[in-house]
Amino acid sequence: MIKVEGLTKRYANYSAVNGISFQVEKGQIVGFLGPNGAGKTTTMRVLTCFMPPSGGSASVAGYDVVEHPMEVKKRIGYLPETPPLSPEMEVGEYLDFVGRLKGIPSASLAARVDEVAERCAVGDVKKKMIAKLSKGYRQRVGLAQAIIHNPDVLILDEPTSGLDPQQIIETRDLIKSLAGDHTIILSTHILPEVEQICERVIIIARGRLVATDSVANLTSRLRGSETVSVEITGANTDAAGVQQKLAAVAGVSRVSLRDGRDGRDGLLSFVVESQEGQHVRPQLARAIVESGWNLNELHAVGLSLEEIFLELTGAPKQDINSAHATTISAALPAEDAPSENTGTGEK
Amino acid sequence: MSNTITIWRKELQSYFRSPIAYGVLAFFSLITGYFFYVGVVYFVRASVQSSMMGQSQPMSVNESVVRPLLGNISVIGLFLIPMITMRLFAEEKRSGTIELLITSPVKDLAIIMGKWLAALTLYASMLGLSLFSMATLFFYGKPDLRPIMTGYLGLLLLGGSLLAIGTFISTCTKNQIVAGVAGFSVCLLLWVLDWMSSFQDSVAGKILSYISVLQHFDSFAKGVIDSRDVVYYLSAIFIGLFLTARSLESLRWRA
Repeated sequence: MIKVEGLTKRYANYSAVNGISFQVEKGQIVGFLGPNGAGKTTTMRVLTCFMPPSGGSASVAGYDVVEHPMEVKKRIGYLPETPPLSPEMEVGEYLDFVGRLKGIPSASLAARVDEVAERCAVGDVKKKMIAKLSKGYRQRVGLAQAIIHNPDVLILDEPTSGLDPQQIIETRDLIKSLAGDHTIILSTHILPEVEQICERVIIIARGRLVATDSVANLTSRLRGSETVSVEITGANTDAAGVQQKLAAVAGVSRVSLRDGRDGRDGLLSFVVESQEGQHVRPQLARAIVESGWNLNELHAVGLSLEEIFLELTGAPKQDINSAHATTISAALPAEDAPSENTGTGEK
Repeated sequence: MSNTITIWRKELQSYFRSPIAYGVLAFFSLITGYFFYVGVVYFVRASVQSSMMGQSQPMSVNESVVRPLLGNISVIGLFLIPMITMRLFAEEKRSGTIELLITSPVKDLAIIMGKWLAALTLYASMLGLSLFSMATLFFYGKPDLRPIMTGYLGLLLLGGSLLAIGTFISTCTKNQIVAGVAGFSVCLLLWVLDWMSSFQDSVAGKILSYISVLQHFDSFAKGVIDSRDVVYYLSAIFIGLFLTARSLESLRWRA
């Protein structure tokens, strides 16, 4: 459905996108992942015919974006990073306006506006001015705007940014429900989102493609060893003794004591890393229980996709203790990557 | 065509939902009303004087009220037109709604025509307000209708050209104020060029006075439709909209 070959976009001094190639099949939901400034928005803008590529080619539903932009535009629904809303219009009027722009015949327009407004849960604010809407509503009006002409391809630039948790869940469900008849590309830097919604992931960094695969494949391919957090009380030996015992369990490659956590009520906390491809949690539990200690806690850490992401995009690996962070944006150094432009202005 | 109408409707709606349209209309009617009043008072006094002096030839309403008023309206237009055009594209670029327009299956020409026609409609309705003043002349006298009609045709052509130039300027920036100030400077310049007509003997003077937008309005105010002036205004409109189209296209390559 979407075919990108050797796509390059150069600006005066640097290349925002550098020879990216990928394909998306009909009906798939694909996550477009990358740190800020990686070239996600640029790639999306090329696909939506907002700007032409400097090199390579891109086609949507068999139509080239440079040769047949009108055909491509008819088949694409696009939600930019900032929803393109006119604040002085009412929601209903705005959707009507977009519907006309997208070429929906006026006979069926009113019904279609009601339908998408209902679907995106903005039906109750149809008579409200967009300027008076909250961020969450604006985002959903933006989504309604993107799907109004029932496009084959949906391109969503960070569709859940700025929503509250409830709205995020609703939006994700909405996006999932759109899959099947729509092919969807969504960019995000929220990793759990990709795991939940997407079937495939395309990871880019510094304008280059670093990985494209299904979520499951990526996880299994890159998750070599397992990292387990263990908490023990009631040990009859000191920390070093326990450490030795744990290290002796089959499949364990490394055991380290977490600083500042031992001694309190005899609580000992360790991080255990397994050898490549080994699952050590059952053995660890048995070893601890057989030694007569209390096992307070035992769980696998290392949020798969985040680690994969950091590994692939070449950012320094984070300390395992803070691996629970849900977004990676803060963890990535600003480096040479130029900041992504939110507006439409000169870059 | 239907896309042009869609955009025209939306733009016009935006004008009347913001204070711009009302500000422009109110200011225009205030100042033209004032000029009209002063013109009529002066005319009445002068004609009473001249009849007391025993002059048989009655004074012409067209020459002493209508023509100066049309001239004044053309100058007021120079000041108000940048206010009408400044937001057309600058606002879209700032808020990002330009992405919606450009990624919709709509031709650039439809976008530009829709916006320019909406601006022209606002300008025309502004001129429409001054028709009330003109109408009162018909209650109390017998002015010649033809120069009034050609005068308004001239005003529309003059406004159309300046609006086209203003639309172009609006595509060059995302800041409305910058677009407004730049548009105003251009209008002012085109007006000031008119003053060169006093040294029309030199070649440069001739060229400058030809470029001046107001120079070409005089014949319309006199009741003459000169094809040279019509051609001048139509080419100004064409150049303005052509530059807008180029600028919009280049936006894609630079964006």
